[in-house]
Amino acid sequence: MTLRDYAIRYGFIVLLVGLIAYFAIAADGFASPQSAVFIFQSVAITGVLALGVTATLVVGGFDLSIGSVATSAMMAASYAMVVLEQNAIVAVIACLVIGAVVGLINGWLIVYMRVPDLLATLGMMFLLLGLQRIPTEGRSIATGMTMPDGSVANGKFSETFLALGRHRIDFFIPNLIPVSVVVLIVLAALIWFFLEYTRFGRMMYAVGSNERAAELAGAPVKAYKIWAYVISGVFASIGGILLAARLGRGDIASGNNLLLDAVAAALIGYAVLGAAKPNAFGTAVGAVFVGVLLQGLTMMNAPYYTQDFVKGAVLVVALVFTFALSGRGKR
Amino acid sequence: MGADAVFRVEGLRKSFGQNEVLGGISLDLYAGEVTVLMGANGAGKSTLVKIISGVYARGGGTMRLAGQAFDPGSPAEAIRAGVVTVHQNINDGVVADLDVATNLTLDRLSGKGASLLFKPAEVRVEARAVADRMGLTIDLRARVADLSLADRQMVAIARAMAHRPKVLILDEPTSSLSSAEADRLFALIDRLRGQGVAILYISHRMSDIRRLADRIVSMRDGVVSGVFDRKPLDYEGAVNAMLGRKILLDRVIARSSARAVFTAQGLQLAHGARPISMTLGAGEVVAITGLVGVGKTALAETLFGVRRPLAGTMHMDGKPYAPGSAREAIAAGVFLVAKDRAMSGIVGGFNIERNISLPFLKRMSGFGVMKKRAERAAARRQIDEFGIVCRSEKDELSALSGGNQQKVMVARWMSQASRLFILDEPFQGVDISARGDIATKLRASADGRATLLFVTEIDEALETADRILVMSEHAIVGEHRNDDIDLDRLLAEVAGGPLTSAA
Repeated sequence: MTLRDYAIRYGFIVLLVGLIAYFAIAADGFASPQSAVFIFQSVAITGVLALGVTATLVVGGFDLSIGSVATSAMMAASYAMVVLEQNAIVAVIACLVIGAVVGLINGWLIVYMRVPDLLATLGMMFLLLGLQRIPTEGRSIATGMTMPDGSVANGKFSETFLALGRHRIDFFIPNLIPVSVVVLIVLAALIWFFLEYTRFGRMMYAVGSNERAAELAGAPVKAYKIWAYVISGVFASIGGILLAARLGRGDIASGNNLLLDAVAAALIGYAVLGAAKPNAFGTAVGAVFVGVLLQGLTMMNAPYYTQDFVKGAVLVVALVFTFALSGRGKR
Repeated sequence: MGADAVFRVEGLRKSFGQNEVLGGISLDLYAGEVTVLMGANGAGKSTLVKIISGVYARGGGTMRLAGQAFDPGSPAEAIRAGVVTVHQNINDGVVADLDVATNLTLDRLSGKGASLLFKPAEVRVEARAVADRMGLTIDLRARVADLSLADRQMVAIARAMAHRPKVLILDEPTSSLSSAEADRLFALIDRLRGQGVAILYISHRMSDIRRLADRIVSMRDGVVSGVFDRKPLDYEGAVNAMLGRKILLDRVIARSSARAVFTAQGLQLAHGARPISMTLGAGEVVAITGLVGVGKTALAETLFGVRRPLAGTMHMDGKPYAPGSAREAIAAGVFLVAKDRAMSGIVGGFNIERNISLPFLKRMSGFGVMKKRAERAAARRQIDEFGIVCRSEKDELSALSGGNQQKVMVARWMSQASRLFILDEPFQGVDISARGDIATKLRASADGRATLLFVTEIDEALETADRILVMSEHAIVGEHRNDDIDLDRLLAEVAGGPLTSAA
């Protein structure tokens, strides 16, 4: 391998290690188990979303609606528990159904209505941003809120549900690992195994690389594409559940950065180990990368707007790594 | 003729890297004449056209237009000098979102001396003049996107004629037109011929050629293999010169088969086409030959379930067979090595191993999980069997030569047993040694299945098949057992001549 090959293959990993080393020296308290856990916790939700969008990238598509699917799920969970006074299980199921249905509609628009993927999911994003505010006429959902008809919503978030976002599991140190991080790791392992080791994952890559060849090899291409969007929708709704459980209310102002962070993580994933294609491991590394960057910048007291700038810059650099250096600019 | 040629090409050469595409072409075009250029895929026709139209620089030789040296540095220069090309893809010649009038005058919007402002009234007057000269009756305000293919074609040609060229090159202009639409095009071409334009017409369709040609030039492997200008034109001779005879491997010993695997009854591929009936037997290799555009790929796709026939039935091993998708065809044991491997065969992101296993993932997995060891074993076995030149089964296909890529495609579909094995143009872009390897492999493994090849080159059929069927105009017009073939009759059938002896 030439130096260039090494740069393509290990460049981003080296960059990540270097970044961690730099923050460990420059920022007090960065190199501690608590800080590591905090990073994981902060990337849990975007990580889950990024894993979902990876599935659509694999089939050669894209899903811009993940952020608003997540916030819609958050609002739905809150509404189910606070207004309808349902339990945690109903709330979780409602969210998952919303994610699956949105994914199905996205897939249907793209496959059967022939709307380009970016436009279909962009439309869905705007639609959901509006839809999620209709039931409460634009108010955030919290216990004791006044409904549009003047009544007061008395339900509250169930403890079980909140535990998804707040409970911490003992791991050498008591109360160390949050449930959301466990969810992220489990889902990452699942989607990684699915994409790398099952025939379904293999065929999804084939569809993304050469749709016609995949079809002539007997693959039900349309079904695979639709399934990819369903996976994306369901993962985004799981992200929404974690968000609701962390906040403990349905906050209409939250979740603005989810789309950018998740897409950045998935696209940075292209550059990890020189894969030059969407992959679950790369996405997970990309999510950690974004998390490390934000945590480090926060601990060094960088203002929030520089963080967005740095995120964007890192994304652009990662894309250059993938497309220009490896010379395989195909999605 | 007597008259001097308007456009004269002499000793034109062109190479891409090691690969010589044109090996000294000489060609004359005369005013008021339609010269038809025939050539199989890869003969170098499009390279020739691209050099004449200024897209490529020539490697050697001279071109003269009306006695002057003609040396275009760009397509725009060629057009200004009076050589205009209408390319095969109609939509390259028109801008779909603009109206007809703007399209007809588009070339005046740019270039030297073009006015800064767009003047709709002037454009319409100019466009009207162009349209009248061409006898065009299309509404000039219509958007091109709303026109039929034929009308778009007319606009593209009229737009080309707005330059008042001396030489007009038409590259397979009828490939996407119906016969009624083609008739309108022919009328237009007659009109241009009457105006004294020298026309170079590139086509595979014998009916077009019979209708239009004043002269025929056949090309093969980058050289002119025949010029036919004595009336009546020798169409069979032109086809023969174009397909020619390259190499003849050991003559195959034709086998016959008693047991039918596949039968088709009254299969109709296109409106107005004669229905196709055929029987393919176990152990025999059948080749279907015919010019480009006669429906070979349509038939292959029909057998493979990705296209529905207009009428007719098919049977596999006596059972009704009506596949609705490639998936169903594969399940019934019908495999297809599709034409154009880069478009419809190779998965670019996959290595050799994954390309080979692609259609058979289900058979190579348990509970959905891939059995990687079985997958690798199958790939290694196929690499050995076909002698695929590579470092390992992990190589990307882009690292392989065309011949080896094609071997991977054939190896893919031969890694599992089939009942009916279809190969559409399996020797396209394949070097001679790989072609021999594949043909030998096909014949050696033919037992127990029916093998059906679709090839344009008659040589390829003669080298591999036990039986040769000839296709013309979406129908089968001839059948030959591959021993002591009457080649003249076969060529006449390919050329779509009078069907005195056809089945």
